[in-house]
Amino acid sequence: MTDVQPGSVATGLDHGDLVAIYEKMLLARLLDERQWILNRQGKAPFVISCQGHEAAQVGSAYALTPGKDWILPYYRDLGVVLTLGVTPSEVMMGLFARAGDPNSGGRQMPAHYGYRKLKIVTQSSPTGTQVPHAVGIGLGIKIRNELAGRIVDDAVAWVSFGEGTSSQGEVHEAMNLAGIHRLPVIFVCENNGYAISVPQRMQMGIENVADRAAGYGFPGVVVDGGDPIACYEATLAAVERARRGEGPTLLEFKCVRLTPHSSDDNDRTYRTPEEIKAIRQHDPLARFAAYLQAEGILNEAREAELRERIKRLVNEATAAAEAAPPPDPATLLQHVYCGDQ
Amino acid sequence: MAELSLIEALRAGIDEAMAADERVFIFGEDVGKRGGVFRVTEGLQDKYGPWRVIDSPLAEGIIVGACIGAALYGMRPIAEIQFADFIWPAMNQIVSEAARICYRSNGDWNVPLVIRAPYGGGIHGALYHSQSVESIFAHVPGLKVVVPATPYDVKGMIRSAIDDPNPVLFFEHKKTYRLIKGQVPDGEYRVPIGKADVKRQGSDVTVITYGLMLHYALEAAEALAGTDGIETEVLDLRSVRPLDVEAILASARKTGKVLIVHEDNLTAGIGAEVAALIAEHAFEYLDAPIMRLCGPDVPAMPFAATLEEAFMPSPEKIAAKLRELAAY
Repeated sequence: MTDVQPGSVATGLDHGDLVAIYEKMLLARLLDERQWILNRQGKAPFVISCQGHEAAQVGSAYALTPGKDWILPYYRDLGVVLTLGVTPSEVMMGLFARAGDPNSGGRQMPAHYGYRKLKIVTQSSPTGTQVPHAVGIGLGIKIRNELAGRIVDDAVAWVSFGEGTSSQGEVHEAMNLAGIHRLPVIFVCENNGYAISVPQRMQMGIENVADRAAGYGFPGVVVDGGDPIACYEATLAAVERARRGEGPTLLEFKCVRLTPHSSDDNDRTYRTPEEIKAIRQHDPLARFAAYLQAEGILNEAREAELRERIKRLVNEATAAAEAAPPPDPATLLQHVYCGDQ
Repeated sequence: MAELSLIEALRAGIDEAMAADERVFIFGEDVGKRGGVFRVTEGLQDKYGPWRVIDSPLAEGIIVGACIGAALYGMRPIAEIQFADFIWPAMNQIVSEAARICYRSNGDWNVPLVIRAPYGGGIHGALYHSQSVESIFAHVPGLKVVVPATPYDVKGMIRSAIDDPNPVLFFEHKKTYRLIKGQVPDGEYRVPIGKADVKRQGSDVTVITYGLMLHYALEAAEALAGTDGIETEVLDLRSVRPLDVEAILASARKTGKVLIVHEDNLTAGIGAEVAALIAEHAFEYLDAPIMRLCGPDVPAMPFAATLEEAFMPSPEKIAAKLRELAAY
């Protein structure tokens, strides 16, 4: 992986943006770490992590317009949903399966994001099923524009998945359709090298998922997923291309997974201690902090102040969600059919 | 009022819905220029253009998956699966996604999607162009599954299906497309989902059925009335999820003798659920055991005419079973 290069001015990101991106990355990390603690305390049955993906998630989501663009995240995308406007206490409501969980009212496992107000589309646990949905949203946008004879909706559908999921047939079918009609879809593969315990070399015979885009007739771009600025720039280019009606892009963010797959997994059964140690050297949060400090955008005092503020936010969110009521058992049968309640 | 074949009535219903709402579009294999292999969508692309009637790639998973996305976006997609037998690649999208989206999002999102598929046999289609798949989907809460069998019902129900904010599987028995004709009003109307219909009044025995078997049951009932003086009530379920429990129980209580007929395999078919409902809620009204006449438990009907005939329930087989039931 290359180091983060200066050049933020060219992207249109000013220092305020860079600090905002760092704040969201830090929030995602601290919120994630707290969830693991709650899991180990026996208070949260299941946790799945974004650690190692923060730069890709926050950088990429920063290029989207909240409330306008359609977001189809996958279960690791804590940084994405925080950037788009989901609050820490809402995340914690999902962790504790509270009635106030905006994703599912406590029906789904944690990290199955969905929030209509923010155009974050509900997701399931079978992987890759969201990719056809993104393409269908792109198709809907395209149909509307074609019927109007001009671009009346320049929203994009942004969808993410891991490299393991790219083995699913539905992902292929979706990209094929997006290529046929040049649909406004941004495919984002957050490649961390592992599908639970199975390494990438057992998922595919190629090095880059992005290389597959050529087979569907649109660009595929490999991006350093540890560099939020690079992820922002690549996403912005893809978004602008889609808004102009020029079609989809496949972005592959090369990430690291700093944790086991989930709280039910033990990566020491398939990763060597040396590998786990080496992966830690690629922590995107530490990398971006070092960059911001080297550029004079962040100093130690400011960093400490930020951490303090975000820790307080995480504490408040945890306390609020713990105190919030669980779903009423009488609601078990609600919403099986829409419009019937 | 005009006499239309079932396929003409279906097309008319889709045409009216497309004229009324620009969000309605059709997505499926060969639906455009060709108008579908059965010609259900014939002429619609010429009328509404290539962005309202779109030929899909040959991939059922994306037909349904993309239509779910379009529905989430606010469109009113009609997905066509060329034969119900080919619906399985879309199973994950239908069962894991479309059926659960409202529930899993606590009512935040919903999927107004119609999935149309020709089903059923008796047309020398062998194992992969003859299947009845309705009971598998009827098991899944969140899906509505309808099987209308007359031109009037088909036209009214396709409108209700398109209006419905939930995913609706719309199964059309392919043998009824051109075989069955009937009077259809010229104006717009709706036939509600979840309501059965008494297609023939009778006092001695009840047949509960749907699809092509409705017509075979009506034929058997007419024959029996003439030869044996047995008056058969024929209840057309029209919708297998939700089931019209009241109509089922009302007819069972009225005649006390019930025969359930469907072309789908016997075991765990819709008939099993109907029988269980009657046994649980109308047991004391029964004068005979609930009987079933269904497709046998083989994966689907074979190609050879003799084997196909052996598989299919027929008016003669239904009449024989009804005599047995009436005599009980």
